[in-house]
Order: sequence, then structure tokens, then C-alpha cells
Amino acid sequence: MDDGQGTAGGMRGRRVTLAAAALDRLMPMHLHLDAGGRIRGHGPTLGKIAAGAPLLGQDFFALFEVRRPAGVQAMADLAARQGARLHLALRLGADQAPGAEFRGLALGDAEAGLVINLSFGIGVVEAVGRHGLTDADFAATDLTVEMLYLVEAKRAVLGELQRLNHRLQGAKSEAEEQALTDTLTGLRNRRALDHGLGQAVAGPVPFAVMHLDLDRFKAVNDTLGHAAGDQVLRCVAQVLSAETRAGDLVARVGGDEFVILLPGLVDRAVLTAVAERIVAALSVPIPFEDHLCQIGVSVGLTVSTCYEAPDADRMLQDADTALYAAKRAGRGRVVIFSPDLAMG
Amino acid sequence: MLGLINRALENFVKERHGMATWRRVVARAGLGFDSFEPLLMYDAPLTDAVIAAICNELQRPRETVLEDVGTALVSHRSRHGLRRLLRFGGVSFVDFLHSLEELPDRARLALPDLSLPGLRLEDLGAGQFNLVARPPFAGAGFILMGLLRAMADDYGALVLLDMAVQTAEGEVISIHLLDEAHAEGRPFDLALGAA
Repeated sequence: MDDGQGTAGGMRGRRVTLAAAALDRLMPMHLHLDAGGRIRGHGPTLGKIAAGAPLLGQDFFALFEVRRPAGVQAMADLAARQGARLHLALRLGADQAPGAEFRGLALGDAEAGLVINLSFGIGVVEAVGRHGLTDADFAATDLTVEMLYLVEAKRAVLGELQRLNHRLQGAKSEAEEQALTDTLTGLRNRRALDHGLGQAVAGPVPFAVMHLDLDRFKAVNDTLGHAAGDQVLRCVAQVLSAETRAGDLVARVGGDEFVILLPGLVDRAVLTAVAERIVAALSVPIPFEDHLCQIGVSVGLTVSTCYEAPDADRMLQDADTALYAAKRAGRGRVVIFSPDLAMG
Repeated sequence: MLGLINRALENFVKERHGMATWRRVVARAGLGFDSFEPLLMYDAPLTDAVIAAICNELQRPRETVLEDVGTALVSHRSRHGLRRLLRFGGVSFVDFLHSLEELPDRARLALPDLSLPGLRLEDLGAGQFNLVARPPFAGAGFILMGLLRAMADDYGALVLLDMAVQTAEGEVISIHLLDEAHAEGRPFDLALGAA
């Protein structure tokens, strides 16, 4: 560089003379090529990257491949690309891993040759690890170390975020698992019913179990779509809540199936009256947009005083048997379970 | 305030004194939850409540507890992440000291919500420095002092650290660097996973 003429296009002007050692500090990854393309000098970091392979005196094009721009295969091509960003890579023998890739910038002149300054570009993180580079391998002004810092800080933050997401995901599914509410209707769900029924069976208070199944609900879903079906289910939920007491447990246990647990109520006449009020209320068409949805409901019920030792599953089964009888007898009926139903 | 500091306090108690002690701290501080999320925001008074509960539980003064928390932040074996990030500050302990002034900006690059208190280093010559920090809560300077002690060890430097009289600008840590290359220090490789 110290014998450079500084005559490249637009480069004529004040000349700076630098000792090679100073150039090494300023640009630890530079190459100095003579006019014939031989490597006359190089920065110390580049020597480290070559890992013992001799650079000095070698033909630049034998060691490096200029990948972009295309067609740079001799000194004249390189000289013509002064000031342009170059993409290049170290060539290595067939048995070795692909060589390091660089960005480069070449400047100089025909007589003294060219100085090419190299940097790693985006591959810097990998390159630092691969070549065991340290702070001292970069110029004091180089931001590589800051970039490595950021990459590592970002990785730490991302790791923490992933752990946070993982914990939140776990908490969410746990909450869902423990949920007792049917999200569509706001009624209790199957889990809540099982819990309530288990307590009722174990407790001293007699109770009734009412199993309800909507009539013609499938037709609403099929002809008017799921939005209509959802609207109907929400209306049914309102009716069921309105026709029962605050202490009753109203649960949606399937698509259009509901179970009501009525503690302290075993009088068949009263139960029948409650069920028939529900049947009547649900025989009123439910409006959805411009349509009226005509559904109905069938009810089967059983009471705990029928059993010597009430059992939750057995009572649900019997209420279901009564419901089936109600359906068979024509829709919109209320049937109370009796052992002869189970026989038939 | 981000839960990072709270989580550091939590980790410290769990690692040094066990889960049972941490549960008593939680109860004493009336937290209502059993663990801090480092990246969620918490009310500032919670930090004070946790510190007070820890000091009560361990029957130790606030200063020494917080200094130990600071040391554990960078020296605990399972957590070299912060130590590595701090080592990016420079190749020598003096470099590192000077890099502390950049620390809040560096932290913000990684986590925009993380507002560390401003730090100012006064170089008094002859190995004497003052580090001035405006603490986000009372005694936070002791965490910084513990952290500096651990980092000096990491660099292999021999230092004397002392909490000087507080000024209007904040807490002042006086640093006397006796020998920058006192011991070998721990190696630091720029590439993660190499060391």
C-alpha cells in the first residue's frame, strides 16, 4: 500500500502511507495483491482463518473464488470492480469442508496492485465459532462483538419467552381441564354434573335427575346452519335456567342433550309439572334472523328415593331409559322411570 | 418493572435455601402466587416486599442478602448467560468497568422494556474508580456490588469494593483495582458453547 499510486478511477488525490502493521490493525482481514494477482500481504485474522495454509505468494484466484459479481477471474476483472461489493469464498481441497465465505471490497491500482478488505457478513456468528476468533481478531471499531452480544442476548430472551409460553400453555390446558362451564351456553358441563351428582349420591338429601333431549334440533342445524343451532342452544339454556331453582344444577352434556340435577325435590307431581313447563316453553318457535326454529324437547326423569343405595351411573342410565320411552311415545313427552320401563 | 429482578431473588432463595424457605417467603410477602415470570411486569412495591420477607426469613441484613444475590447472578453454575453477556463488555476488567456505562443501552437493545438504572464511572486514577448508580429500589446498589465482585473474579482481577456514602446522584460504589491480572480468570470464548 505504501507504494500505491492511488490512480484508480476517481481515487487520484492525497496519498496516505501506512506501515503494513498499521494496515493489519485497521483491517485485520485484508489481502494485498500485487499486479499479477499474487498475495503479498494479509491481515492476521485472515491468517487464522486459513488455519496454517500458506497465503503469502499464492495466486489469489487459486485460493479464492469470487462468486458475485459473475465473471471475475483475473486481476483485470477485479480492478474493474473496484468499489463494488464482492462475494467470495475460500477454495479448499475436495476432501475439506466448504471454505469461509466473505464480503469484500477491492481498491488500489494497476501497478501497486489491490487491497481487498474482507468481512464475514451475515455468517459472522458461525465463522467466529468455527475459527475460534476473539475480540483481538477484530478492529477496535468493528461492531462484530456487539453483534455477537445481540445474538446471544436475543437467544436468551427468546428462550425465556419460550419457557413463558410453555408455562402459559400448561396453565391454559389445566384451566380448561378444570373448567366446569359449557362455553357455548354458560350452563355447567359434563364434568360439573359428574361432580354434583357424586356429591348428591353421597349426601343425605334426596334428589331427582332429569334427562332432556331436543326434538328436531338436527333439522335446524342442517337447514339453517350451525349459527342457528348455537342460537337455539343458548335460548334453551335460558329457558332451562328460568324454569329451575337457583340450587338446581343444569348441565349441557352433549350436542343437544341436557341433564338437570334437582336436590330436595322428589315429589313426582311437582317434577312432572316442572318438566311440562319446560316442554311447553320449548314448543314456542325460536326466532333466528328471518326464520322461526320449531324444536321441542322430550324428558325422562328418575328420583333417588327409588333406590336403596342411589348410584350416579345407574340413575343417569335410568333417566336415559325414561327419555327413550318418552321419545318413543311421541315427542314432547315427560316420562318418569319405573322398573318395568327397563324390562320393556 | 419486569420480573427479572424478582425472579433473581426467587432463584437465589430456592437455590441457596430450598423450596420450603421460598414458600415461607411467598407467604410472608403475601404474594398470592408462587413464582415470578421474568418477562412479565410487576408492581415495584412487590420487590421491596419480597426483599423484606427474605431478610426476615433468613434473619440477615438487607445489604448482605442483596450482595449475595448479585454474586449468584453471575457465578451460579447453571446460569452463565448473564456472565457471558457481561463479558462482551471488554477483554479486561477495566474495559468491563467502562462498558458498564453502556449497560442500560445494551440491555435496552435486547429487551426494550428493561430499564436499568443509569450508571456512571468516575476514573480517579491509580486504579481507583467510583461507580455511581441511581437505584430502582433501596439497596439495589448492593446487588451491583455483588455482581462486580463476581465479575472481578471472572476476569481474575483483585479488587476492593466498598459502598461509599450515598450522594444526591445515587448510590456510590468505590472500586480499588489492586491487580488486574491477579489470577487466571475464567476463559471467555466469543462463540457460544465453545467454552
